[in-house]
Amino acid sequence: MIARLAVALLVFVSSTAADRPSATVFAAASLSDVFQEAGRQVQKKSGYSYHFVFAGSQQLAAQLEQGAPADLFASADDRWMSYANEHNLIDGDAKRFARNRLIVITPVSNPGRVDKLEDLARPGVKVLIGVETVPAGRYARQVLSRLAKGSDYGRRVLANVVSQEENVKSIVAKVQLGEADAGFVYVTDVSASLRGRVRVITIPEASNVIADYPIAIAHGATNHDAAQAFVDYLLSTDGQALLARYGFLSAGTDSP
Amino acid sequence: MAVTAAAGLLLLLLGLPVLSLLLRVPSGSLLRRLSDPVIQDALRLSLVTSLLATACVVLLGTPVAYLLATRFFRGKPVVETVIDLPIVLPPTVAGLALLLAFGRAGLAGKALGAFGITLPFTTAAVVIAQVFMSLPFFVSSARAGFARVPRSLLDAASTLRASETYTFFRVVLPLSTPSLIAGASMACARALGEFGATITFAGNLPGITQTMPLAVYVAFQTDLEVAIALSVILMLLSFLLLLGLRAPAGLAERRPTAPRFVSTVSR
Repeated sequence: MIARLAVALLVFVSSTAADRPSATVFAAASLSDVFQEAGRQVQKKSGYSYHFVFAGSQQLAAQLEQGAPADLFASADDRWMSYANEHNLIDGDAKRFARNRLIVITPVSNPGRVDKLEDLARPGVKVLIGVETVPAGRYARQVLSRLAKGSDYGRRVLANVVSQEENVKSIVAKVQLGEADAGFVYVTDVSASLRGRVRVITIPEASNVIADYPIAIAHGATNHDAAQAFVDYLLSTDGQALLARYGFLSAGTDSP
Repeated sequence: MAVTAAAGLLLLLLGLPVLSLLLRVPSGSLLRRLSDPVIQDALRLSLVTSLLATACVVLLGTPVAYLLATRFFRGKPVVETVIDLPIVLPPTVAGLALLLAFGRAGLAGKALGAFGITLPFTTAAVVIAQVFMSLPFFVSSARAGFARVPRSLLDAASTLRASETYTFFRVVLPLSTPSLIAGASMACARALGEFGATITFAGNLPGITQTMPLAVYVAFQTDLEVAIALSVILMLLSFLLLLGLRAPAGLAERRPTAPRFVSTVSR
């Protein structure tokens, strides 16, 4: 009885999957909002559907390495894409489709009285940062050393770090809840729905970093057409306009 | 035949992953890894927090388990369900709930803030998350132990005018010790393995809140070999803990405690 039920369930699951070709997209957590919208756009045009897995780029790379089935891999930095390339986890060349920058956010109530970047170094301020392996964490450390310009500013801010979060979205959530005084996130994380729920402190152009987002077809992809259609859309005028609407910078012309 | 097949399949499912971990560890590297400060910090933190959590669980859980085993009151099913909830709750949900309750902006957290206490991102938060997740394992075991104490012994004690406190400590507690130890060992093992509620409520900072499971998670994304070594250490630790805490319980089960008690009381 149970065996028959299990078989019926398997048939059901596989038949629904076969009816609508769908591709599995492994994407950096910072792409959550824009990729879901991009998926809807491509589905409207081509009929392909997409299944998204959002996490820290380093975690996705580790999962790909362990054989997780994916058709596309989009990373928030070149480092994990190169890693994927070196370990034969992707096919063909990676295409850069967007860029991003960092900002500092604080809760609206601003319990730590953080109004400017200097305040982050004041003892007792609770700062959230990505773990060193997640792109957002690596970029934040780069920004800190650029802001420090040889002073001990970076070291003092790092001493205020109360947690190294494994992806950028959990930094956003914990700052929004008011549990931390400030956090280093991407410009694009302050989405339309988040505006008014956090305060933003911009990082000067000269000290900021540019986050590159490359995407590539995963090695062993089972749905090449759907995967390619998604990449084509991201690089198209429509796709670039959508990314811009979500706050991403244009990819530029040079390839990663 | 079917039973043998099921048992074999189960053994494969449980044993193979354990075996695979052990086989992947390059010999000799395990002890070398133990001297890594990050691993030492995580190991020390895990041991201290899970033992503290177990102590809290036993202190808080024993009276509650006794109450549930011996009394009937309005709303008892609700209380039982609330205590059992962490068993089925995804740990991340538990972490979020803890954050909303004891976080700086949380219901109880605001009041604590008035006394200058903030819990999130502290070692105390790690212990609280572990207590939350492991409490039901202890309570259910302790409760079953208390319920197994023969009613006749309690009646006998009461006819001899023993106070309830005296009866609890001299009759109920000695008879329930194996169940309490089994429950405490389960709770300790659960606390040692706690991940989701910890990373959500307490965060991840080496030396302060990065316990072994969190260190494994972070290492998995950087150095697979370190992650495997950490996993093996954690697994051996859990295994020894469960085995070690079960040994006295096993001895107590074999010892004919109950009849001796009957004769003492009846004499």
